[in-house]
Amino acid sequence: MSSQVITADHEAHAHGHDPNLQHHFAEMEQQFECSKIGMWLFLATEVLLFGGLFVGYGLMQGQHSEAFKSAHHHLDWRLGALNTIVLLISSFTMVMAVWSAQTSNQKALVRNLALTIGCACTFMVVKFFEYSHKYHEGLLPGAFYSYTGPHQNAEFVFFSFYFMMTGLHGIHVTAGIVVLTYLLIQARKGAYNSSYFTPIDLTGLYWHLVDLIWIYLFPLFYLIS
Amino acid sequence: MANATTTTTQTRIGTAPPPHLNYLTENNTLKAWLTTVDHKRLGLMYLGAVMSFFFIAGALALLLRLELLTPKQDFMDSATYNKVFTLHGAIMVFLFIIPSVPAALGNFVLPLMLGAKDVAFPRLNLASFYVYCTGAVMALAAIILGGVDTGWTFYTPYSTTTDGPVGLMAMAVFVLGFSSIFTGINFVATVHKLRAPGMGWFQLPLFVWGIYATALIQVLATPVLGITAVLMVMERAFHIGIFDARLGGDPVLFQHFFWFYSHPAVYIMILPGMAIISEIIPAFSKKTMFGYRAIAFSSVSIAFIGFLVWGHHMFTSGQSDLASAIFAFLTYLVAIPSGIKIWNWLATMYQGSIDMRTPMLYAMSFLILFAIGGLTGLYLGAISVDIHLHDTYFVVAHFHYVMMGGTVIAFIGGIHYWWPKMFGKMYNERLASIACWIVFIGFNVTFLNQFMMGSQGMPRRYWTYLPEFQKYHIGSTIGSWILGFGLVMAAGVLLASLRKKEYDAGDNPWGSRTMEWETISPPITHNFEGQPVLRHGPYDFRVEPTPATVAGGRHSG
Repeated sequence: MSSQVITADHEAHAHGHDPNLQHHFAEMEQQFECSKIGMWLFLATEVLLFGGLFVGYGLMQGQHSEAFKSAHHHLDWRLGALNTIVLLISSFTMVMAVWSAQTSNQKALVRNLALTIGCACTFMVVKFFEYSHKYHEGLLPGAFYSYTGPHQNAEFVFFSFYFMMTGLHGIHVTAGIVVLTYLLIQARKGAYNSSYFTPIDLTGLYWHLVDLIWIYLFPLFYLIS
Repeated sequence: MANATTTTTQTRIGTAPPPHLNYLTENNTLKAWLTTVDHKRLGLMYLGAVMSFFFIAGALALLLRLELLTPKQDFMDSATYNKVFTLHGAIMVFLFIIPSVPAALGNFVLPLMLGAKDVAFPRLNLASFYVYCTGAVMALAAIILGGVDTGWTFYTPYSTTTDGPVGLMAMAVFVLGFSSIFTGINFVATVHKLRAPGMGWFQLPLFVWGIYATALIQVLATPVLGITAVLMVMERAFHIGIFDARLGGDPVLFQHFFWFYSHPAVYIMILPGMAIISEIIPAFSKKTMFGYRAIAFSSVSIAFIGFLVWGHHMFTSGQSDLASAIFAFLTYLVAIPSGIKIWNWLATMYQGSIDMRTPMLYAMSFLILFAIGGLTGLYLGAISVDIHLHDTYFVVAHFHYVMMGGTVIAFIGGIHYWWPKMFGKMYNERLASIACWIVFIGFNVTFLNQFMMGSQGMPRRYWTYLPEFQKYHIGSTIGSWILGFGLVMAAGVLLASLRKKEYDAGDNPWGSRTMEWETISPPITHNFEGQPVLRHGPYDFRVEPTPATVAGGRHSG
């Protein structure tokens, strides 16, 4: 047997194919599955990025458990619960957006993306009010910490983690808003339909992870006792 | 069966210019190179970048060795010395070794080996290169702004309190981590989805298995380094108190975070080296790989166990005795897959038709040097011995035997192996093998001396020392000159081959059986004419002893 290069699929290039198919893929399904693998790997890196913070929080909570308990009273669990509900709704509208794209229902796609963005913005607004409340109390991280009530020293570490973790999460929500807005603009132009909806699907995966991380952050900071 | 491809190739040899354009000559403008998404061009750009940093950091190492020639202060004060060894380590680790094999050779070879047109995400690949460049510029800026004196490990609390642009350097590491993650994601997706028809997981070349295992570690470990660097920068800037014991934090936590990445990171560095050796040895022994599956699985198991051993860097940090004992046992486990690889390589060579060309010489050097480096790692994994050897030159020598004697030697061997495929031109075999011998001798003179002084208590990271260590330091410094000369000579021999006017290497100069040798040298932009289909295993030398394209090869059967 010889080892020459066998030409197998010249016809794949001869016929017209989907304009969204990149040249190095043979077919759309291969391209879609490839993107999906890439997205899941990216989400794995996100889990590990937050994972470091969760581990650090766990260790520090063990060392300063009394201080963490008293510090969490500075957080309003009602606002946290409101944000949890807002994000859960946004995950639902995101699922509906993916479904709308898969069924080529452009009107519903645009509507669901807009609702998701709306929820994300609501989350950030609530977060802004929470942060400004901390600002007035002097409960800021590190060098800006000026709180002078009881347990002032021991609660310091709690708020370092609070701002690092919710801050990093907030950055992810903001990034999600930017990406979703781009998708909304593209969707209005009719870029997505049942044969090509990869960006909607992948953004959906990302958005669910951002939601999921908040579902862990909420009890860790607001509900410990 | 008649072989149309090779027939045309045979007539082409010696009759320049080639009939059609290749990836180097097609659309050969600066703009086209800077915006390319071709994995081959990006591989070459990475190769140029990492080799530049290799020579910069190598020159810093020569300066350090020169200062250590005598125990007194020669031309560097202690603060300068601290900065120079930090830069040597940080540049070598983050800008050279981690991207070296995957981003340079892996980018070039991996899609060719799979019979693919490109990696899964070509634009992400380009982004990865520019992210790398951004990180490199940040690191260089940190050097210009005064340098960093923390060592490449950035241990707190020193790193969060010392002066200098430590924050910028840590952010450079953070950014470089992204580049590494992008490469890793790309390779995993490529191996899963872009294999040629007929190529199952156990028909993959072992290079692919090694790079795949590496990519998994890159994806799973690097984010932890990222968050560690961010926390350290926040600690420096805002005193958030996560690593600072005075504010309620824990400096040992930093060490856990750092080594959770940085121990797997040494497997990011060594696995690709092993992957290259797994290609060179069968190609130059003309024998089917012995224990193919064992080598493939050992790569993945090294990647897995590598996540569980970070505590062996911290035996003296005050972690619990139980933790130390567990980490020591887990560390011994790494020796099993490493040993499996070594024995399988040796068994592959046994009764093979061994051809001692330059890549094979590097592979043999690797076997010797990696065996020494790996076995001394077991000494350091034993707690009682480690307490004695901790922070001595023994650790330095061990690390360099594995990283330089292992990865870098394999990398240079790989460059010699794939050079004719990359550029279509063959280097001077005789001079290249002489350079390999000089590197091998220089390396051993440099670092065997460091084992000796380390075992007698010479601490690492000191600019001065007791007079009784001077004889070893003199030996080590002389060795560094031999080593430096050998590396410059190897580079010169390779670069000299580029001045040839013709593509004289042939498509498959070594008679290898993996798919990248089935296209022309240098390959066309789309790698193959049409979609190649797998016809035989990667190390199946029985079917067709040596393809007819071997021109002037010493080995003929």
